[in-house]
Amino acid sequence: MATPTALAGSGDHAHDDHHDHTLSFAQRWLFSTNHKDIGTLYLIFAIIAGTIGGAISGIMRLELAHPGIQYLTMLTQGNVDASYHLWNVFITAHGLIMVFFTVMPAMIGGFGNWFVPIMIGAPDMAFPRMNNVSFWLLVPSFMLLVGSMFVEGPAGFNGAGTGWTVYPPLSTAGHPGPAVDMAILSLHLAGASSILGAINFITTILNMRAPGMTLHKMPLFVWSVLVTAFLLLLSLPVLAGAITMLLTDRNFGTHFFTADGGGDPVLYQHLFWFFGHPEVYILILPGFGMVSQIISTFSKKPVFGYLGMAYAMVAIGFIGFLVWAHHMFTAGLDVNTKMYFTAATMIIAVPTGIKIFSWIATMWGGSISFQTPMLWAIGFIFMFTVGGVTGVILANAGVDTYFHDTYYVVAHFHYVLSLGAVFAIFAGFYYWFGKMTGKPYNEFLGKLHFWVFFIGVNVMFFPMHFLGQDGMPRRIPDYPVQFAKYNEIASYGYAIMAVGMLIFFVNLIVSFAGKKKAADNYWGEGATTLEWTLSSPPPFHQFETLPVIK
Amino acid sequence: MMRKIERLILSILIGFGPLPALAQDAPAAAPVPAVTTAAVPSGSPEYVKAEPGIGQPSGGYSLQTPMTSIAREAQHMTDNVLNPLMAATAVFVLLLLLWTVFRYRAAANPVASKTSHNTVVEVVWTVVPVLILVWIAVPSFRLLANQYSPPKADITIKATGHQWYWEYEYPDQGGFSFDAVMLTKDEAATRGSPYQLDTDNRVVVPQGAVVKVLTTAADVMHSFAIPSFWVKMDAVPGRINETWFKVDRPGVYFGQCSELCGTKHGFMPIAIEVLPKEKFEAWVAAKQQENGITPPAAKVAAVDTPAPAAAPAPAPAVAAAPAAAPAA
Ligand code: HEM
Ligand SMILES: [Cu+2]
Ligand SMILES: [Cu+2]
Repeated sequence: MATPTALAGSGDHAHDDHHDHTLSFAQRWLFSTNHKDIGTLYLIFAIIAGTIGGAISGIMRLELAHPGIQYLTMLTQGNVDASYHLWNVFITAHGLIMVFFTVMPAMIGGFGNWFVPIMIGAPDMAFPRMNNVSFWLLVPSFMLLVGSMFVEGPAGFNGAGTGWTVYPPLSTAGHPGPAVDMAILSLHLAGASSILGAINFITTILNMRAPGMTLHKMPLFVWSVLVTAFLLLLSLPVLAGAITMLLTDRNFGTHFFTADGGGDPVLYQHLFWFFGHPEVYILILPGFGMVSQIISTFSKKPVFGYLGMAYAMVAIGFIGFLVWAHHMFTAGLDVNTKMYFTAATMIIAVPTGIKIFSWIATMWGGSISFQTPMLWAIGFIFMFTVGGVTGVILANAGVDTYFHDTYYVVAHFHYVLSLGAVFAIFAGFYYWFGKMTGKPYNEFLGKLHFWVFFIGVNVMFFPMHFLGQDGMPRRIPDYPVQFAKYNEIASYGYAIMAVGMLIFFVNLIVSFAGKKKAADNYWGEGATTLEWTLSSPPPFHQFETLPVIK
Repeated sequence: MMRKIERLILSILIGFGPLPALAQDAPAAAPVPAVTTAAVPSGSPEYVKAEPGIGQPSGGYSLQTPMTSIAREAQHMTDNVLNPLMAATAVFVLLLLLWTVFRYRAAANPVASKTSHNTVVEVVWTVVPVLILVWIAVPSFRLLANQYSPPKADITIKATGHQWYWEYEYPDQGGFSFDAVMLTKDEAATRGSPYQLDTDNRVVVPQGAVVKVLTTAADVMHSFAIPSFWVKMDAVPGRINETWFKVDRPGVYFGQCSELCGTKHGFMPIAIEVLPKEKFEAWVAAKQQENGITPPAAKVAAVDTPAPAAAPAPAPAVAAAPAAAPAA
């Protein structure tokens, strides 16, 4: 696609390389306004948060490995009721951490910040200082969330055990203590951070493209971030409104969500999911973009059906705002509403299918090599397909009567998230590791990481379809003995996955310790976007003279 | 096992068959009444014995044995239309993917083509999914319509979710009510029930009756669910939701609360006992006596079961459930 013809700015590299050395540590990393440094901060943040969120789920899988409560009580001095509540705190924290503090910061804050300006030939983001604010809002937000686990929630117990959906009245009357207030404020900050980020990306992409970089020449990753930014901008204010109403219901005597005061608990669900469904696409769209770049690079072919790919994302983003009540099929909606939401939800599968087939068509006729990023991208395509087809099953309101709030839903969203979004993140991480750090990653460890992780997550999440079909409800710390077999298998899957993550960290250490230097374009002819025209790592300020795209 | 495989193959075939195939082959229903209510010692309250694989999880990978006509229809749709179609889609994508990466690996195809458009395939992969979705939508909408067109209710029960137990009320039988709290491990073992599924008091309904269930909650949201009936309805404080079921086979059927409701969300199951009409009436009479309700005031639903041993129906056989209009 876009080919740079002139890189007049590249002569300044030597000068630029010195530039960063004039900044003190605090100036560079605390007051950072450089998109690449902020991107790095986001990635580090996401890795730390993801490790915490993953450790919490490790405790959860350990507890679920066998019927009965074996481990949670160790954390509650043997108090069984407290251990049940601790369970709810864990599922809440795990969900919120993975969504708001791992996947979003990695994809949008991390890779988005690093590569959107470079890919459009811009020197930096449009609002560099606001970019810094976006990142630093996330830190107190995360501290509030973690802190909420240590203050009172329901009478006598610590932490918010509301689930990531924070439904009232459980989150209002059910949690009189300040834990839920802290969790709400945490979401407010994370939301503000994302809205500022979204404004920044929209402005950057619409106004700072290099000469010749028309919208229809933009790399698909940039398209994906643009669509994501619009989804964030339009959906997050609705979440902010909903949780603000929760806050006032809790503290100032309003009754937005209490029936005896004239409000309605179901109203909250509508507001939450009006945000929540676009949110699940926010989590995956940048992944779509990355996978498109990577498939194209390793097939040495341009993306198949570029315009269809770009507008499929636009369509997904648009329809994504019209399907929210498929999360509420058992809330007591009337039959016509359910028919509408069934139909609208199924329609989303069409642009999704277009994307999947276009990725395969991109490979078709290509000359495919299988370095680590490509393995993750191919894994992504298949695992996302599995999650997509179970989504189509859940879309049928009549069938969802059975599956709603069972492990089937847990299996569905982990296939699109843990095996979809997370695979895309690893694909991007390995793809750009050398570009970002200047050092190549270890190919053998990267591949080993992929295979172990791939087996682990499938062993963990596939049996959850069976548990859901057999009727196991989600969000329970203990279960009837019939569910024991597949829960045990799933827990072994976690252990395998954890070994995969260990390999990842070893790879990080090995690669950083290595002395080899990454070339400017270490992927060769297939890598055609602008970041591959720069050094690895790129100069502190790139494109001081704008590249011209033919 | 063999039967399962057989059904799987059959269902794949049917999944690919034309729509009319839907009308046939309802999944095998549960073995019909081997009436299990007999041998319980009298004196202490009788409890229908839980049967493995009926009204509770089986420990396998498939849906629970369906006990209502809606459950049978929905299960047919899931097992014979959705699962095969979606499995075929996933397998198709997998095979295509594997073939592509194998055929076009760099060693086999050193020079990449430059093709990036093909209008025909693009139209095909847009239109074919649309057709598949329409194919799914037809039975899907029919199922929804059927779920929302209940026959006239024979009896109404009201289920109120509390942290962390269910309270049941029988408004047409004089309005008595009781709580249903989960059995401890020992109690469940004594009764021969699976732990975490049975309750001290069970909801009792007559065999073959259309049961209207009103759900609501006293504190936070809960959800009233019995998988084998294909029933799940949120219980929302300040609102009343409605659902229904009709079970022809006596037995006991279990479900679990299905909306996160706080600390002991995992420990407030639902146990429904379906009894032959005369036993149900005896149960109602006992409950009424217990609650000081004079029988004539109570209206017992007229249920036209093809009662084998036509029990002496109590006098006032007034149809219960006024305004049993379907929610739709
Ligand atoms: C083909 C596209 C998809 C369809 C048709 C679809 C459909 C659905 C439906 C109907 C539900 C509600 C199930 C229930 O709660 O009973 C659901 C839940 C969910 N989906 Fe999807 N989905 C699709 C793709 C995705 C993607 C791409 C993501 C995220 C990357 C995603 C994430 C989730 C999550 C997180 C939930 C559960 C939310 C919760 O209850 O906590 N889905 N999906
Ligand atoms: Cu959704
Ligand atoms: Cu509950």
